[in-house]
Amino acid sequence: MAAISHIDPKEALAVKARVEQLSFYYGDAQALNRVSLDLAERRITALIGASGCGKSTFLRCFNRLHDLYPESRYEGQILLKPDDINIISKAVDPLEVRLRIGMVFQKPNPFPKTIFENVAYGLKVRGVRDRHFIEERVEGALRQASLWAETRDRLQDSAMTLSGGQQQRLCIARALAPQPELLLLDEPTSALDPIATANIEELLSELKEQVTILIVTHNMQQAARVSDFTAFMHLGELVEFGDTDTVFTTPRQKKTEDYITGRYG
Amino acid sequence: MDTRSLSQHISHEYNQELEAVRSQLLSMGGLVEQQINQALQALVEGDSQLAETVVQTDDRVNQMEITIDEECSRILARRQPAASDLRLVIAIIKASTDLERMGDEAQKIGHLAVSLAGQDRPSGGYREIDQLGQAVQAMVRSALDAFARLEVDTALRIIREDKLINREYEAIARQCIDYMMEDPHRVRRVLDSMWAARSLERIGDHAKNLCEYVIYLVHGKDVRHGNLDAAERELLQQ
Repeated sequence: MAAISHIDPKEALAVKARVEQLSFYYGDAQALNRVSLDLAERRITALIGASGCGKSTFLRCFNRLHDLYPESRYEGQILLKPDDINIISKAVDPLEVRLRIGMVFQKPNPFPKTIFENVAYGLKVRGVRDRHFIEERVEGALRQASLWAETRDRLQDSAMTLSGGQQQRLCIARALAPQPELLLLDEPTSALDPIATANIEELLSELKEQVTILIVTHNMQQAARVSDFTAFMHLGELVEFGDTDTVFTTPRQKKTEDYITGRYG
Repeated sequence: MDTRSLSQHISHEYNQELEAVRSQLLSMGGLVEQQINQALQALVEGDSQLAETVVQTDDRVNQMEITIDEECSRILARRQPAASDLRLVIAIIKASTDLERMGDEAQKIGHLAVSLAGQDRPSGGYREIDQLGQAVQAMVRSALDAFARLEVDTALRIIREDKLINREYEAIARQCIDYMMEDPHRVRRVLDSMWAARSLERIGDHAKNLCEYVIYLVHGKDVRHGNLDAAERELLQQ
C-alpha cells in the first residue's frame, strides 16, 4: 500500500533544467508567480492544474513563445543544463533556444507539405544541406515516433493524408529530428481518440530514455500514467511538486488533494 | 482525510457511491461483531442453538464481502479514484477481507461450541476463554469505531493491545497443555477449548489489521510489519 516509487531515491538524477523564481506577465496581468522547480534529465515531468492556472504559460516560457507578444515580460530564470544558459534572458537568442528544445501542440499541426519535408524541416532551417544525413535523421525521427512502418512507403504523400493520431506522431517526429535536449508537449493527446492516445503515451515512455520531457495535461490519469514527476499549479503558483506516485496517493497539500480527487477547492 | 471530505466531490453521485460502500462495510462490521459476541456466549453458556445461528450468519457475512468487493471494483473502474479516495477504496477492500475472516473464526467457534455443549463442562466454566473473548470483543468494537470515525489515536492503541491478547492466548494454550497431561480423558474437550481460544486470538489479529488500514487511510502511511513507535513519531512530525 505504500507509495512505490519508480524512481529510486538513491539514484542521483541529473537536472536538465532549473527554473528559479520564474514570474511571467502578460502586460499588467501576472500569469506566473515565482515558480521554482527542477526538471530531471531523461524523465517525464507532468504539469497539471485547472484551466488558467498558468501551466501552458509556464511551458511556453521554455521556448520563448511569449516573445511573439511585445508586452510580455519574464522575471527569474530558467537555466538549461549543462551550460546553464538562461533561456529567458534577453541576451539569449530565442532561435538558439528553439534549436535545443522541441515543442508539440494540442492539435496536430503538420505543415501542408510531404511527410518527408515535415520531418526534415527543422534540419533544413538550421542550414543542414547533406541529403544523406537528412534522410537518415528523417528515418530515425520517424522510427522514434513509431511512425516509420506506416509511412516508409509514402514519404512523398502530403502529411494531410495521415490520420489525427498519425499527424500528432508526425509532429513529434518533426520535433525530434533536430535531436532536441528537451521536448515540450502541450496537451498532446486532447484531440485524439483513446487508442491514438495510448500510442502516444507508449511513445513517450520510450522517448524518455533519450530526451527530457515536460508535458502539460488536463487529463490527470494521463499524468498519473506517464509521468515520473508531477507539478500541480494553481493561480499561477506551484502548489506541489513531487514524484508522481506520492502526488497521486498521498499529496501533501489540500489543494492538490481536492484537485486530483475532484472536490470543491 | 476526514469523514466530512466524503461529501465534497463535485459529483454528487460519486459522494453517494463512496458513502454507500463505506456504510456497507460498517454494517458488515456490525454483523461480524454480533456474530463474535454470540459465538462467545454460545460457547460459555453451552447454548448449541445460538451456536447454530452463528454458523448460519456466516453466509450473510460472505455475501456482504462479495457485494462490497464488487462495488469497490466498479468505483475503481468508473471513477479512477486518487489520493484519499483511492486509499478509502483500498482500505475498504482489505477491511472486508479481514471482516470475512473474522466471521469465519466466529463460525469455527460456533462449531466448537456445539461440540463442547455435548461434553462435560469443566468445573470452572470457560472463565479464561470468556475473559479473552471479552477483550477481543472490545478490541473489535474499538477497531470498527476507529474505522467509522477515522480515529488514528484509537487505531494506534488497539494495534498495541493486540500484544496483550496474544499473551493471554499463550497463557491459555500453556494451561491447556497442562490439563491434557493431567487428564488424558479430557483431551477432546481441552483441544476444542484451545481451538476456540486460537480463533479469538486470530480475530484480534484481524482487528489490528483494520486499525492499520485506518492509519493508511488517514495518513497514507503503511504501518504494517514495521516499528510502530517509529511510525507514530513520523506521523506526529507530519
